[in-house]
Amino acid sequence: MTLALAPTDRPFLPRGVRLAADKVRGGTVLLCPEKAIALDAIGEAILSRVDGSTSFGDIVAGLASAYDAPAEQIAGDVQRFLTGLRARMYLAVRP
Amino acid sequence: MTVPPPIAMLAELTHRCPLACPYCSNPQNLLGREAEMTTAEWADAFRQAAALGVLQLHLSGGEPAARPDLAELTAAAHACGLYTNLITSGIGLTPRRLDALQAAGLDHIQLSLQGNSAGLADWISGYKGGFDRKMKIAAEIKAREFPLTLNAVMHRHNLDDLERTIEMAVEMGARRLEVACVQFHGWASRNRAQLLPTRAQTEAAKRIVAEAEQRLRGVLAFDFVPPDYYADYPKACMGGWGMAGLNIAPDGTVLPCHAAQTIPHLNFDNVHSKPLAAIWYEGAAFNAFRGTDWLPQPCRSCDRRETDFGGCRCQALALTGDAGATDPVCRKSPRHQTVVELLETGGSNTETAFFYRSAAC
Repeated sequence: MTLALAPTDRPFLPRGVRLAADKVRGGTVLLCPEKAIALDAIGEAILSRVDGSTSFGDIVAGLASAYDAPAEQIAGDVQRFLTGLRARMYLAVRP
Repeated sequence: MTVPPPIAMLAELTHRCPLACPYCSNPQNLLGREAEMTTAEWADAFRQAAALGVLQLHLSGGEPAARPDLAELTAAAHACGLYTNLITSGIGLTPRRLDALQAAGLDHIQLSLQGNSAGLADWISGYKGGFDRKMKIAAEIKAREFPLTLNAVMHRHNLDDLERTIEMAVEMGARRLEVACVQFHGWASRNRAQLLPTRAQTEAAKRIVAEAEQRLRGVLAFDFVPPDYYADYPKACMGGWGMAGLNIAPDGTVLPCHAAQTIPHLNFDNVHSKPLAAIWYEGAAFNAFRGTDWLPQPCRSCDRRETDFGGCRCQALALTGDAGATDPVCRKSPRHQTVVELLETGGSNTETAFFYRSAAC
């Protein structure tokens, strides 16, 4: 199956996946089953908007406005990042 | 060299286990109940681990459900922000205990699978009725929507059933399947002739996993640990010795990996006598094979030295008698012929009985 998100899809972190502050190293980590992923500023900005109610399209629009960047470019970056997480089952989607 | 803080800790809460799998990763010298740390001692170790930088805590054993205080230990780990993962055969868990673990904040369950039928699984685990009990608890785990990984330990006797194993993972509602081919340490090294898969099985498994990974995208994620005897290069054991993870044995002994006690000249510290941070940063055992300065040739001048750090120390010891040698799995190792010969002689289909794990030995 294709894991690409449609503009109306609403992504969320499923149970067992959560964001946490890394008190020792600093920054934010995505804690997943048997895996911890250190997030860069972009990853953190994307996942802070992933709440199960905001659509993929709105996440992209929000980031484009916040970072003053073209929406098409942002859409590609966000799609790549979220599809990668979805392939590992670290991200789920509501239509 | 700057030593990073550890990311993951394996807590071997107990060596007790109703199963007797012939590839158990526990040492052959099993500790009894009287040697185990108390609830409060473990909780203190968890607090120290979180303060040191550990993010992931694996509650393991033996069978961790053999500890009546498992939910209490989980709650203690959860309270200090650790991601808690229960590594279990399912034996000893009940619906009521699963509810208690859920309330305690357990994040994830890794359920082991010895085989995909009662006949095969109970023969491998040496525990009659174990498969049926496991399947019952798997249904309870699914009903509670616990995040689940199925850990299928594979070897010559079940690798041909891989396709059915993948189906079972989907049926159980697992999000992830670990296809973990047996590594030959501890008990497994005594059963190598029985367990070593053939090259044809190994190649077939790679094809099956690659195909299923595509077909089940978005349904099931895969982690495949191929049998490293057939690999060209060794694995970076533990992500590098003393670089990413640590292990606490039931009695509080702190180890760089679960098999490290097979290396006779190392001295291990215990959380009873030293803070965990001091053990991690300054302990002799952790510094013995840390980084690249200690590497022998050909590793020292190899461009893979930062990738695999010379491979597995326990395997080097087991196969060459020298824990400081290049892992002989590596094709560049001067002792690689040892592995080639093992594959030639050990890969033949011998039908000897398993040497089961047991406390009496």
